[in-house]
Amino acid sequence: MKIVVAVKQVPERDAPVRVAADGRGVDAGDAWTMNEPDAYALEEALQLKERLGEGEVVVLSAGPERVESTLREALAKGADRALHIVTPEDGAGSLAERDTLGVAQLLADAVKTESPDLVLTGLQSDDLGAGQTGVVLAELLGLPHATLVLSVEASAGAKQIRVKRELEDGWFQQIEMPVPALLTIQSGGNRLRYATLMGIKRARSKETKQTEPAAADARHDEIVRVSIPERTRQTEMLTGDAVQIAAKLAERLKAEVGI
Amino acid sequence: MSSVLVVMEQTSGGGWHRISREALAAGRRLAAEMKMPVAAAVLGTSEALPTLTAQLAAEGIATVWAVESPLLQHYTADAFVAALQQLISEGKPAFVVFPHTYQVRDYAPALATRMNDVLVSDVIAMNVTDGAATFTRQWMGGKLNAQYRRAGSGPCFVSVQAGSFKADTSEAGATAGEVKKFTPQLDAAQIRSKPGEPFREAARTVDLGSAPVIVSVGRGIGEQDNLKIVAELAEALGAELAASRPICDAGWLPMERQVGSSGQTVAPKVYVAVGISGAIQHLVGMKGARTVIAINKDADAPIFEVADVAAVGDLFEIVPALTRALKS
Repeated sequence: MKIVVAVKQVPERDAPVRVAADGRGVDAGDAWTMNEPDAYALEEALQLKERLGEGEVVVLSAGPERVESTLREALAKGADRALHIVTPEDGAGSLAERDTLGVAQLLADAVKTESPDLVLTGLQSDDLGAGQTGVVLAELLGLPHATLVLSVEASAGAKQIRVKRELEDGWFQQIEMPVPALLTIQSGGNRLRYATLMGIKRARSKETKQTEPAAADARHDEIVRVSIPERTRQTEMLTGDAVQIAAKLAERLKAEVGI
Repeated sequence: MSSVLVVMEQTSGGGWHRISREALAAGRRLAAEMKMPVAAAVLGTSEALPTLTAQLAAEGIATVWAVESPLLQHYTADAFVAALQQLISEGKPAFVVFPHTYQVRDYAPALATRMNDVLVSDVIAMNVTDGAATFTRQWMGGKLNAQYRRAGSGPCFVSVQAGSFKADTSEAGATAGEVKKFTPQLDAAQIRSKPGEPFREAARTVDLGSAPVIVSVGRGIGEQDNLKIVAELAEALGAELAASRPICDAGWLPMERQVGSSGQTVAPKVYVAVGISGAIQHLVGMKGARTVIAINKDADAPIFEVADVAAVGDLFEIVPALTRALKS
C-alpha cells in the first residue's frame, strides 16, 4: 500500500506571535515544527505500513526551503522518501498568496504524480486552523474521504478500507470506503514516536525530491486585517513572586468555593 | 434576488443541533444588515423534514427548503455535497452560512471546492460596513484574529463557531415564510462510502457538566509525572480534575475528562485553567464558567482573554504554593 502523507510546517507552539508589518499576516519568528495533527497522520501511515508488512510512505509538503527540516524529521521517523514543493517565503507564489483551494491544488498536483492508495493528513493546522485542506484535496483528486479518523483497518491489496471516525459528544462511527481514499487524522488515535538516532542517520540517505510550484491563482478571499484579540472580560492581573500570587489566588478561591 | 441561505443541521433525535440555532441567528443578522431575505435549508427524508421545516417557516424564515431524498437519510459527504450544489446553483444565494459542526467540517470544504470557491471556516464574528461583509476567524490557536473579505464572485461560504453567536430564539410570529420542496438528483452509485451506526465505547463515568469546581490542566504541565501537583490542587479544592485535548491524546488522563469541542462542555462556578493556552476548541467547552482563573507562563496566551483572574508565571512554583496556601 502506497501512502502519501501531506504535512505542514508551522510556527512552534510557544513561539511569540506578532502581527506582520503590513497588518495582514503573522510574524512568527524562526522556530518551526511539524504541524502536530499531521504528525498523527504520519504516525498512522507508519503504523499501517508496519502492520501490513509492506508498502511505502511518502511525505509531502509545500513551503519555503525551511520546510526541509520538517521533511527530514518525517524521514527520520520512518517515511521512505519526501516531496517538497518549494514556494517563496513571501510575495508572489508564496503560501500566503494562495487560499485554501490554491494550497490544496499545489498538493493535488504532486499527489497525482504518485497515484497512492491512501492520502493522509492532519485534521487541521495549528497556525491558520481552517481544517479544510484534506477535504479540499480529496475533492480536487476526485477521491472519497473521511475526516476525524482515529484508526484505519486495511489489508494489503484490498480494495476497501474501514476507518473509525470521531463524532461529537463521545460518539464514534465506522465507515467503509473504497481505495484510493483520503483521510484526515484526529489526534489521540495513536501515540507519536520519536525519531531514533538510527532513524536520523538513515534519513540522510533518503531521497527528497524538490518541485517547482504552479503559479498562484487569485485568492477567492482576502485578508483585510490581522489583530491581537481584545479581552472579553475584566481581568484581574496578579503580580509578584509565586508565593505572593498563590496567596492571592488562595484568598480568591476560598471566597468563591467556600472552603 | 440575492439571499442569505442558512444550512441547518438536525440531531438524530429530530431536534436542532445546538449550533444550528446560532448559525441561524448569524444568518438572520447578516441578512438584515445586507438587506437581503433569509432562507434556510434542511436535508433529510420526506418523513423527517416536515416538522422542522414548518417550524422555521413559522418563525419567519422567508423561504425554507426541504431538501428531500431517501439517500439523505444517513449523512454522507457525497450525497450532501451533490444535493447542496444543486440547491445553491438554482437559488444562487449571496451567502451560505453553516454551523461549524463535525458534519459541516466533513462536507462544506468539498462543496465550496466543487463550486470552485472557498469556505471561510470557524467564524467567530462578522461585520457589515457600507454593504460589505467581513468575517473574523482565529489564527495561531487564538493568539490572533484575522478578518476575511470575500474576493470572488460566487456565493460566500462561511461556517460559524459554537458559542460565537447567541442562539436564535425566535418563536412563531405573524409573518410566516414558505416551505418549498427541493428534490435533488441523487444516484446511490455516487455515494462511495458506507457509514455505520454511531456508537459509544463505554458509558461516561465522569460528569464534568455538573461539577461546581473544576481544575483543568493543559500542555504546559510538560510531563505525566507532573500531573500530581494539579491533582493535589484539585483535591484541596474538592474539584473535579479535567484537561485539554493534548493531555488526553497522550493518554495521561482518560478522554472522558476532556473539556472542549471534542469533549465535555462545562459551566462550573469556578474553572481553574493550569498551563492551558486556550485554543478556541478548548474555550467553547468552558466559556460558561462563572469565574475563570488561569495560570500560564505566556502572558499572550488566549486563555487570559476569558480569565477573570490571571496569574502569569511558572505553574510549577505557583500550583504547589497555592495548594499549601489552601490547606493552611
